Amino acid sequence: MSIDITGVTKRFGDFVALDDVNVSIPTGQLTALLGPSGGGKSTLLRIIAGLDKADAGTISIEGQDATKLPPQKRNVGFVFQHYAVFKHMSVAKNVAFGLEIRKRPKAEVKQRVEELLGLVHLSQFSARMPSQLSGGQRQRMALARALAVEPTVLLLDEPFGALDAKVRKELRDWLRRLHDEVHVTTVFVTHDQEEALEVADEIVVINEGRVEQIGSPEQLYDEPANDFVMRFLGEVTELDGKIVRPHDVDVALQPAAPGGTPATVTRVLRVGFEVKLTVTTDAGQDVVVTMTRSHMRSLGVEEGSKVSLTVAPGAVAVPATGGVPTTLDETPAAAAG
Amino acid sequence: MSTALSGATIDTARPASPQGRRPGRAKRSTPRNTLTPGAGLGLGIAMLWFSLLVLLPLSAIVATAAAGGWENYVQVLQNDQTWAALKLTVTQAVIVTLINIVMGTVIAWVLVRDKFPGKAILNVIIDVPFALPTIVAGLVLLALYGPNSPIGINWAFTPNAVLLAFAFVTLPFIVRTVQPVLEELEADVEEAAASLGANRFTIFRRIILPSLVPAIFAGAALSFARAISEFGSLVLLSGSRPFETEVVSVRVLSFIENGSYASAAALASVMLAVALFVIVVLDIVQRWVAHRG
Amino acid sequence: MVKVSAPAKWTLRLLAVGYVFFLVAWPTGLLAYRTFEDGLSSVLDTFQEPDVQAALKLTAEVAIIAVVINLVFGVTISILLVRYEFPGKRALSAMVDVPLSVSPVVVGLALVLVYNGRDGWFGPGLEENGVIVIFNTPGLVMATCFVALPLVIREVVPTLHEIGDDQEQAARSLGANAPQTFWRITLPSIKWAVVYGVVLSLARSVGEFGAVKVVSSNLRGKDLTATLMVENKYQNFAQEQAYAIAFLLVLISIACLVVVALLRPKTDD
Repeated sequence: MSIDITGVTKRFGDFVALDDVNVSIPTGQLTALLGPSGGGKSTLLRIIAGLDKADAGTISIEGQDATKLPPQKRNVGFVFQHYAVFKHMSVAKNVAFGLEIRKRPKAEVKQRVEELLGLVHLSQFSARMPSQLSGGQRQRMALARALAVEPTVLLLDEPFGALDAKVRKELRDWLRRLHDEVHVTTVFVTHDQEEALEVADEIVVINEGRVEQIGSPEQLYDEPANDFVMRFLGEVTELDGKIVRPHDVDVALQPAAPGGTPATVTRVLRVGFEVKLTVTTDAGQDVVVTMTRSHMRSLGVEEGSKVSLTVAPGAVAVPATGGVPTTLDETPAAAAG
Repeated sequence: MSTALSGATIDTARPASPQGRRPGRAKRSTPRNTLTPGAGLGLGIAMLWFSLLVLLPLSAIVATAAAGGWENYVQVLQNDQTWAALKLTVTQAVIVTLINIVMGTVIAWVLVRDKFPGKAILNVIIDVPFALPTIVAGLVLLALYGPNSPIGINWAFTPNAVLLAFAFVTLPFIVRTVQPVLEELEADVEEAAASLGANRFTIFRRIILPSLVPAIFAGAALSFARAISEFGSLVLLSGSRPFETEVVSVRVLSFIENGSYASAAALASVMLAVALFVIVVLDIVQRWVAHRG
Repeated sequence: MVKVSAPAKWTLRLLAVGYVFFLVAWPTGLLAYRTFEDGLSSVLDTFQEPDVQAALKLTAEVAIIAVVINLVFGVTISILLVRYEFPGKRALSAMVDVPLSVSPVVVGLALVLVYNGRDGWFGPGLEENGVIVIFNTPGLVMATCFVALPLVIREVVPTLHEIGDDQEQAARSLGANAPQTFWRITLPSIKWAVVYGVVLSLARSVGEFGAVKVVSSNLRGKDLTATLMVENKYQNFAQEQAYAIAFLLVLISIACLVVVALLRPKTDD
């Protein structure tokens, strides 16, 4: 295990940011700390880096107790949301910084800087000042700078949060590919579940200072541990007192098999090749259903249609009042009975 | 007080230019004019007042000095007493500016990064030299460093009095130019350096100090100009002894009181030139340092 | 943030506090002590003297007039510099700072060269029409205006930059004309910067010495300001009286500083 976090608690005054957190981060993997803002994930990352101190608990990096070590001694690379570039140094000097203070020979520094700038595709900017770079380029430079000293662990704190949507997507893919090339243990913090699902090998979901679930993207999506994880990782809708995914709601024109919930289609929204239907049950509840356009056409459903809703067999469902999620493998009739 | 003294000439970060234009290359454009008739009238009246108050009088000094020709300057500067005053004033001002560069930065650091009871009072006391009448400053310094000093230090009528008075009146300048820059420094840049292995001293030397240098230089320029201009506090404190404790402004006053306006103007224009020179040099050095990175 | 080590922290603290203490705090405190060494009554006696009262009155008059002139001029120039473009703007902006770098004696000399009644550029002409500047109150006012000129401007200009002109544009889009926009929108938005600048100007105006010494006839009862009187009393061995007046001036300066310090939080919201 690359990083072992045991029993970490952190308070800011009365506010409990982290509550007895236990996580083990595997070596060489790309792990995401995912959760809503203020949930404690950045705090945890900073504690791993040594930029903040935990009130209780220990941090081990590659088997060595790092709890009391200052950040200088932990050999962790840290990338900040707002890049933290050294404004008065050129791009090359920024990247060279960590090597220069370790007093490496000039030739070695030069070579390594060239190597890294090539890796992040910034070679032609090496003499520029950071102020001449775009946000995305600055972040790539920050990454090169952190990687220059060959850290044991690479930590990224909402690295794409300050960038616009298109650049964010590009850098997301780029980070994944970089990791595939460089293989250093990487932990990144994000509140964007799409980002975590796309990029990470493993996701740690943190909410209100506690770990909700740890698993691969598939596990988290298909087997959510509770309703928070289910809600956070994707769209949900409520039917029959259960929370399900909108694409897991079966729609049939009335009259249908018994056990279905009668409802009326009140709104049809086309989103690309999918449609998003707002269907209001006779009891007055709004249910969101997604399906492909072709499926909707084959059903013959349109705005105003009277339909019957059932939860698809095999769908992941969490009781709406909280509690343990289930996967429904019985027919609706049998479940209701 | 801080904004009153922060240099309007401090260079701020240049905007990003992804096309890769070299920094400092401003687009040449003809001066625009967006004045409305009302604003134009306001500007006209304000400029009239400004000319009557500042521009004309200052040009009168230059004109009067020039009217005497080079012989006038030579005569004034060759006068031993005047030359001694110039030397004393400039050397003491340089020494005080160097002291202020160190102490000003230290004080600004303590004000921004340290916390202790009474810090707010320290913050107010620093501005006292700026708000205090200079003649009163002389009395104040005499109280502790004059004939009746409770700690036995009597610097009245000695060259040390000049240094002391200069140090007093220039205290706030570098503190107040450095303070806002220190306050604006972002924590994550220092944390980045720490995560890369830099110890505290390296972080200060390579990350913090470079950001402060422009502000320090701007404050140093103000401090120097203020010091060589000082008059009031020295009247009572230094006794204005010729060749010993007489500063340039006192010489100018002597010339005025004797009716030698041409000599006074010559010496005054030399002072203005020295101040201007130092301000320009410091500005150039500051820009060079900021660009070099 | 860099965490300074404990010994370094204490060294810096001691250096900073010590330097300010020995340079400013203790000497100023000593002055206060010396002033009241002989008791309160001798201090109050000083202020009963007609000459002293005349000096205080003159200082107040001159300072207030100078502050008002600088207020109007300062706000006008600030708005022109920030909200408008015109040829020579950058030169004007640089020139506005000049009074900060000029020796007060040189200020006095400059005014004398232009306005003195004997051979000044405008002096004789003005005096023919009954306007006496040098060795008279107008000269004192001009000298005081000169030295305090930049103070309001250096407070208001950054504030105007920070606020931006969005509000003024909104007002104009709602139909307000220029004076209405100025009085209802611009002026209230720079309210605290203006107050700040006025208080600083006041302290500076009350405290001016070198420039007024040159343009004043130095005659008691006529042209002596409070600062000139301090020098006068001290040189004439009436030291306790000099201290008394000096102490009053110290009180005024510190009052200005305290007002400004208390107002600071208001400008930061």
